[in-house]
Amino acid sequence: MAPLLEITNLRKTFRLHIQGGVEIPVFDGLELTLSRGEVLAVTGPSGTGKSSLLKLIYGTYRAGAGRIAVRHRGSVIDIATATPRLIGEIRRHTIGSVTQFLRAIPRVPTLDIVAEPLLERGEDAGKAKARAGALLERLAIPPRLWHLSPVTFSGGEQQRVNIARGFAATAPILLLDEPTASLDPANRERVLGMISEASAEGTAIIGIFHDAAARNQVATRTFALTGPG
Amino acid sequence: MTETNDQPLLVAEGLGKLYGGRVGCVDVSFALWPGEVLAIVGESGSGKSTLLKCLSMQLEASSGRVRYRLRDGRTAALDELSEAERRFLMRTDWGFVHQDPRDGLRMGVSAGANIGERLMAVGERHYGRIRGAALDWLDRVEIEADRIDDSPLAYSGGMRQRLQIARNLVTGPRLVFMDEPTGGLDVSVQARLLDLMRRLTHGSGLSAVVVTHDLAVARLLSSRMMVMQGGRVIESGLTDQVLEDPQEPYTQLLVSSVLQV
Repeated sequence: MAPLLEITNLRKTFRLHIQGGVEIPVFDGLELTLSRGEVLAVTGPSGTGKSSLLKLIYGTYRAGAGRIAVRHRGSVIDIATATPRLIGEIRRHTIGSVTQFLRAIPRVPTLDIVAEPLLERGEDAGKAKARAGALLERLAIPPRLWHLSPVTFSGGEQQRVNIARGFAATAPILLLDEPTASLDPANRERVLGMISEASAEGTAIIGIFHDAAARNQVATRTFALTGPG
Repeated sequence: MTETNDQPLLVAEGLGKLYGGRVGCVDVSFALWPGEVLAIVGESGSGKSTLLKCLSMQLEASSGRVRYRLRDGRTAALDELSEAERRFLMRTDWGFVHQDPRDGLRMGVSAGANIGERLMAVGERHYGRIRGAALDWLDRVEIEADRIDDSPLAYSGGMRQRLQIARNLVTGPRLVFMDEPTGGLDVSVQARLLDLMRRLTHGSGLSAVVVTHDLAVARLLSSRMMVMQGGRVIESGLTDQVLEDPQEPYTQLLVSSVLQV
C-alpha cells in the first residue's frame, strides 16, 4: 500500500538574523516513510531535531529543501510547498498533533478545548462534547473539572487534556511530542493503551518518547536522528 | 472536491496608500476565505491601520484594488459598487471594532439603542424584536440585562468594548475588521474579550481581519498572520509558522522581543 507520508531529501536550517546571521543546521537529506498502522519512534539526543521533524511535518516549520508528501483526501500534497490554507485543511482532516504544552485562552472550559478539533470539522456540538467527555473520562480527568479552564491544572492534568484534544478527531496521521513525559504510571499506561488502539485502527503515528520503556511498548519501528555530522 | 475550491471572500491586489509623499502602505496582496481570522501585526507606523482602513473603505487607496464576494455570490471591486451596495456592506455585511469604543459607539444613547440602531438601519421597525435582539446580544457578550437602558458612559472599558462587538454583530456580518480590539484593556478583561471573540469566530463562518501589535492576541485568535514593516507585508503564513519559524530579520526581532511570563 502507498505510504501515508513520504519525506525525501528534507533539509532544515535555522538562520538567526538578530544573532549575527548565524546558521544552525538541523538536518539535511532526511528520508522517511510512514504507512498505515505504524508507530514510529523518533530517537536521538537533545538538539538533534526530533521536535523540529514533527513541526516540519505539521507545517509549523518551513522546510529549507526537500519534500514532505502527505496523502490527503485521495491526493498527494507536499507540505513543504502547500499554501497556508491547504495546510490548515490538512490539519483539520489528515494530521493530528499532541504538543508538549497546552496553549489555551484563559476562561475556555476544558471540555470545549477538547471538543474544538471536532467542531472545526463541522461535527455536531452535542456529539463533539460527548466524545470529548469520554476521552477526558478515560484519561481520569473528573467531570467536576470539565467546565473549568485547564490554565490552573497541574502539569500532568494539562498534558492529559492536550492528549484528549489530540485524539478527539481521529486522523490518518498523528504526531506525538513526549505524550507521557509528565504522567504518573497509571496515566502513562492509559495513554500508551490509546496509542496502541489508534495504531490497531490504522492510524500512522510518529512519536517522541524519552521513556525507553514506553517506547518499547508501543513503537513498531524507530528512526534515529544523529544531528548534523 | 476539497474545501479549497471555494471562493475567497475578500481579495486585495497591490493595495497601496500614499499620504502626500509619505508611505502608508505599499503593494499589499492577499486573499481571505470565509471563516478565516487574519492577524496583521507590526509596530506603530508600520501601516497596519492604514491597510485596515483601505480594506474597509474608510480610506481611499492610492493604488490597487479590493474585491469582495457579495451575498449574491458575485465578486465585485469595492470602488465599483453602487452607493446602495456600499451602504449595505458598511451597515450590515461588515462590522468595525475600533480600539477606542467611543469611536464605534454612540455615547449619547443607551446600550440597547446602540445595538438596536444597527438593526433599524437595515429596516427593522418592530420595537419588541429590536429589544429582544438587543437583550440576546447583551447576554452573548456577558452584559447583564438590567444594564440595557444605561448609557455606555456608565460602562467600564471592557464592557464598552463588548457592547461595541454586540452592536457590530447584531446584523449578522460576514466580515469584521478589528483595530487593536484589546488595546488599552486590563489583561483580565482582555482574556474575557479574547474568549468572546474566539467563540464568535470559531465555527461560525465569520471572517475577521484583526490589527494588533500584541503577538499573544494574534496567536490565540488568528489562523493566519501578515507582518508589516514600513508599509509593506514582509512575511505571511499560518500564525504558528510565522511565530515559531520566522524567516525575516524583523519578524525574528518582533518574536524574540516578547516577554515570557
